[in-house]
Amino acid sequence: MDPLSTLWETFFDWDAMREALPEMVTVGLPNTLILAVSAALLGSVLGMLLAVAGISRTRWLRWPARVYTDVFRGLPAAATILLIGVGLAPLGMQVWGPNPYPLGVLALSLIAAAYIGEIFRAGIQSVEAAQLEGARALGFSWGEAMRLVIVPQGVRRVLPAWVNQLIALIKDSSLVYFLGLVASQRELFRIGQDYAATTGNESALLLAGLFYLLLTVPLTHAVNWIDRRLRQGRAVAAPDLDVELDPAGAPAPTGKDPR
Amino acid sequence: MSTATATATSVSLAVRDVHLAFGQHQVLRGADLEVARGGTACVIGPSGSGKSTLLRTINRLIEPDRGDVLLDGRSVLGDDPDALRQRIGMVFQQFNLFPHMTVLRNLTLALRKLKKLPEDEAVQVARTQLDLVGLAHKADVRPAQLSGGQQQRVAIARALALRPQVMLFDEATSALDPELVKGVLGVMADLSAAGMTMVVVTHEMGFAREVADTVAFMDAGVVLEAGPPAAVFEAAEHPRLRRFLSQVL
Repeated sequence: MDPLSTLWETFFDWDAMREALPEMVTVGLPNTLILAVSAALLGSVLGMLLAVAGISRTRWLRWPARVYTDVFRGLPAAATILLIGVGLAPLGMQVWGPNPYPLGVLALSLIAAAYIGEIFRAGIQSVEAAQLEGARALGFSWGEAMRLVIVPQGVRRVLPAWVNQLIALIKDSSLVYFLGLVASQRELFRIGQDYAATTGNESALLLAGLFYLLLTVPLTHAVNWIDRRLRQGRAVAAPDLDVELDPAGAPAPTGKDPR
Repeated sequence: MSTATATATSVSLAVRDVHLAFGQHQVLRGADLEVARGGTACVIGPSGSGKSTLLRTINRLIEPDRGDVLLDGRSVLGDDPDALRQRIGMVFQQFNLFPHMTVLRNLTLALRKLKKLPEDEAVQVARTQLDLVGLAHKADVRPAQLSGGQQQRVAIARALALRPQVMLFDEATSALDPELVKGVLGVMADLSAAGMTMVVVTHEMGFAREVADTVAFMDAGVVLEAGPPAAVFEAAEHPRLRRFLSQVL
């Protein structure tokens, strides 16, 4: 066989892909989504707390937030996941048993929170001081003004950066394979990697890659779409983006804008 | 057109010997101001004289270092500042509407969250108030889609929806195109005529002359001269006031 077709076979062996496909769809994809979505939710809530702590007037909130962000942004994701996933495993064993997912999600969330916290903080600080003054003049407390007026505007401005972070999270979810996954716990990468390791053919891994692209590429386009919309202002007929934030910080549409 | 619906509860306002420094910079050096119940005081004076700062000490957006602010003779400095600000409406030069909410929601937010009105009641109060400033048909658009004059009228309606006992205006027409000034001043004049106690920081000398009961001239952190418009504009005593008037009139 000539080298070129060998190369082709290494990546595009359709039979190998077909063999891996059912597991990718029924096991790998749901598991990747479970990891990424739960880490995104927890990471965003923690990130919002970090952002608010980061702009606090009390240094006992500001400094810990600063140190946290430096540490979790500065460590390699692989190291953080191993440190938490393996280091806390004995503790986890007593609470929820041998399942590595809770600690995997925790580690991913802690990493994401450091980045998301900085994103939210930048957004919140970009809102004009006059908005705070306007809200305070109506009689809102500082906390209410932040929650109802400042944070919703700030978060809106950094939605593109936030979505970028979700993309990073989807990719980083592959790293939980470090923690040891039984067959039903494997996510996209691990399944592709297992097939590749047993057959010596990379096609299944390439298929896993395609699944990642299937998730991340639409999100990158969503980022651009959101960015454009924020730049141009909303079209009159566009769905209402009125957002009020819970104290915890996850944006939730109120859906009851009175007409 | 009557802009105010509930001015029967207006109060008198007194500012007594208010001092304030930002670091080394002494902004207010013993400012005094008296506004009778239902009266309108216009505060005039050069830039940097402390007019806007004085206004902010009245609703305690800025806490004075010394001095007192009285509503109906009672000091407000011991009150909860958030509760106090619900009683004192304020309108800003840059409107400070919330751009991510519709006009209606700008009005209902405080009604629902602070006055704890149920949604439908808040909407009703808000629509009534918008109607009074002639903008009921703009309830569902975002502030950015309105002209500056319309935005300022919404801001006035937003403050009035909370039924304040005093209204503060901080150069409410300074950011407006000339042709939009009149509409906003008209709303303010109506409000004054309806008996709202008002403090108006303004460069509109015509408005001060026609609407104010008291005109107060501020310079370098104090009210140098105050009195009825006729006295201040026609018979100014202080040379600095005379110089100021010769420049602006």
